[in-house]
Amino acid sequence: MVKLKINQKKYEIDADPEMPLLWAIRDKIGLTGTKYGCGVAQCGACTVHVDGEAVRSCVVPISAAEGKEITTIEGLSSDLGDSLQQAWIAEDVPQCGYCQSGQIMSAAVLLAHNDKPTDEDIDDVMTGNICRCGTYNRIRRAIHSAADSVRKQKGEN
Amino acid sequence: MRGINGISRRSFLKAGAAVVGGLVIGFNLPLNGKRVEAADKWSSADIANAFLRIGEDDSITILVNHSEMGQGVYTSLPMMVAEELDCDWSKVKIEAAPVNVVYGHTNFGAQMTGGSSSTWTEWDRLRQVGATGKAMLIAAAAKTWEVTTESCRAENGVVFHDATKRQLTYGKLAKQAEKMPTPTNITLKDPKDFKIIGKPIKRLDTPSKTNGQAVFGIDVQIDGLLTAVVRRPPVLGGKVKSFSTDKAKAISGVKAIVQIHSGIAVVADNFWSANRGAKALDVVWNDGAGANLDTEKQREQYAKLADSPGAVAKNKGNVETAMSSATTKLEAVYEVPYLAHAPMEPLNCVADVRKDSCHVWTGTQFQTAEHAVAAKITGLPAEKVHVHTTLLGGGFGRRAVPDSHFVREAVETSKAVKAPVKVVWTREDDIHGGWYRPRYYHKIAGGLDANNNPVAWKHTIVGQSIASGTPFEGFMVHNGVDSTSVEGAENVPYAIPNVYVDLHSPKSNVPVLWWRSVGGSHNPIVVECFLDELAAAAGKDPYKLRLELLKGHPRHKRALELAVSKSNWGAPLPERHGRGLAVHASFGSFVAQVAEVSVSKEGKVKIHKVICAVDCGPVVNPDTVEAQMESGIVYALSAVLHGKITFKNGRVQQSNFYDYKALRMDEMPQVETHIVPSTDKMGGIGEVSVPPLAPAVINAIFAATGKRIRQLPINSEELRG
Repeated sequence: MVKLKINQKKYEIDADPEMPLLWAIRDKIGLTGTKYGCGVAQCGACTVHVDGEAVRSCVVPISAAEGKEITTIEGLSSDLGDSLQQAWIAEDVPQCGYCQSGQIMSAAVLLAHNDKPTDEDIDDVMTGNICRCGTYNRIRRAIHSAADSVRKQKGEN
Repeated sequence: MRGINGISRRSFLKAGAAVVGGLVIGFNLPLNGKRVEAADKWSSADIANAFLRIGEDDSITILVNHSEMGQGVYTSLPMMVAEELDCDWSKVKIEAAPVNVVYGHTNFGAQMTGGSSSTWTEWDRLRQVGATGKAMLIAAAAKTWEVTTESCRAENGVVFHDATKRQLTYGKLAKQAEKMPTPTNITLKDPKDFKIIGKPIKRLDTPSKTNGQAVFGIDVQIDGLLTAVVRRPPVLGGKVKSFSTDKAKAISGVKAIVQIHSGIAVVADNFWSANRGAKALDVVWNDGAGANLDTEKQREQYAKLADSPGAVAKNKGNVETAMSSATTKLEAVYEVPYLAHAPMEPLNCVADVRKDSCHVWTGTQFQTAEHAVAAKITGLPAEKVHVHTTLLGGGFGRRAVPDSHFVREAVETSKAVKAPVKVVWTREDDIHGGWYRPRYYHKIAGGLDANNNPVAWKHTIVGQSIASGTPFEGFMVHNGVDSTSVEGAENVPYAIPNVYVDLHSPKSNVPVLWWRSVGGSHNPIVVECFLDELAAAAGKDPYKLRLELLKGHPRHKRALELAVSKSNWGAPLPERHGRGLAVHASFGSFVAQVAEVSVSKEGKVKIHKVICAVDCGPVVNPDTVEAQMESGIVYALSAVLHGKITFKNGRVQQSNFYDYKALRMDEMPQVETHIVPSTDKMGGIGEVSVPPLAPAVINAIFAATGKRIRQLPINSEELRG
């Protein structure tokens, strides 16, 4: 049994400790917002947060995630998550939408560290996430606009 | 194929009630028990019933018969119904249509999504659906109030009788509307009265695509579902000779191992176990003839073919005479490789085969074929087979396959193991698995007369036929010419008096398929780049030469003029920077692009900006048009910079996104889209921005460096300065 804490909820997973976190999240727990795209940490579709950092869950064994705080797209409901999701909707970013959970999870960590990212900062972080529909420019605009609202919230607090 | 693909009226009604909790305009599809031979015999009310449900709770449910793969049809098609229905847009919900003849493509017959055709082929029918619904609701109100229909009007989901200040919502009228006779003399709105069509309406599917709730095929979960990964032959066209299951069975979670048409399916209680099991299988393969395939040898074969006469696709004037009397002669060879589609969601399909039913959930572009193949494998009557279309995590043509292979795999496996099964392709399966855009070898020659006007154009195309050997052959291949191989080459818009285009379609073990824009993904590269070569030889500006030669093609010209007018064409640029342009018509739309690039001393190409102008006729959703232009540009750029599938000893040499690369954020150019205001015939948008991109970039590289790229993807070595 491997004990995982995902989106504030505790799970006991009956699986090989080597099973990648992605498949525990999708096949064992049934949260399907986190996507399989490549299995080798190349596309970013499987991005989740482990202790606040963006990781590619397709290559992290569950044994390495034990005892850590794991957040998936379904659990991203903080102010930061709301800002990103609202910005994504305002820019109508998604096309097929398959990569967008991963895009948003990567963007969330970027904004958590840097609430005024430059285009270069965005390139540095978001280049790990592939979108075959080509929504990159809208993602960039959405990140800038989410950053604006994050800063506004901070200013108001 | 039988006229009806099997949904009974009862199951329709049941599904309808489950969704909206009340009826609805009728939904009395005339299907109970009897076979309907052709959808064109149906009345407008029958058709409206198939596409539209109005709940007593005022909900508006629109059934969408085209697959949503990112191109926005789950929004643009409902917009057309809602416009004429005059409903409250905020109440609109969509549902994927089941498989039924009424949902067939208005041009192609079968229920399918492709050819950038969803919007223009539904433009009349779906507006009729909305207008029919509105007429029946008004008739219901008039009957309720005992007034004339002419004295009633509808707006935003409410019918009004202004004279007596009465009003009823569509929901309140739904039951009565169901009983109203089929309206005659439906008139559609004058476009100047449109309130929804033509506006940048937000996509209905965006919220669910930002919170993890959107359900793609790979996300389908049903009780007792197992996952299968299929071990397929390492050489395309190969077969299983023998196999041993011992090692695979030893993997925890593996439940069953069965041989199916495409290989050996390892079935487990989760993907990871199934994938480990598939890798652990010991298989002896019979590679077959494909083991000899080698990219370099194939190139020699294609080059040789190009020197011999092929099937004639176009013969205008006398190209040999014109060429021999030309003052300046040019010849070039252009080559493009096999390309995988690599949609972000790997192929997958869920099948639940039981004794008396079969359910299939998948993201497909070709419902009719999937339904038929599931019925055939299970032996069940058509009405017992149900295909549920999920969202598609990208299509690009890869999910419109003539042999239904990914559905066959799931249905065969579920039938064999007597349990619901989800077959998932790994990314490696996707990259190795064939069904590529064919490789093409183009040999082209042109001649200029003494006044530097192009007078001769001879183009030979060598590449596998997509349609040959498939059910599409009959209407796509004529006199040995597959129309998809020559589109964009045999219909060059330029006023050149002598044109000859011929085609060789060599056979291969590599299965090939339409790849976003199909012939447009290669022929316009040759046409638009070689025209630039002629312009350079003639000492003419490539833009001016095109304008001279585009007489009689006003839509090409307008798109080109608009793109160029936004691009600073002719203005000075720094050293090793350049602009290039291209224009191309496909799928009924006209797209011009100007690319601005720079090339470093090391030969690295950076695309700074792409200006795109599109004339697609009347626009349903301008924001979607813009998104699709950008999308096609990115898809094409991935191929220009990175895309390549090669073979050695019959084995594909690429495996995943580390060696079959896609464009990433740091390579993304600025993109500006301009829509040509147009009342001409409506065209498509999903594929049409792909064709001009590669030639615009290649022409820009020539402007920046004086070097001609004639082979894709770009090899930086050739561009060192």
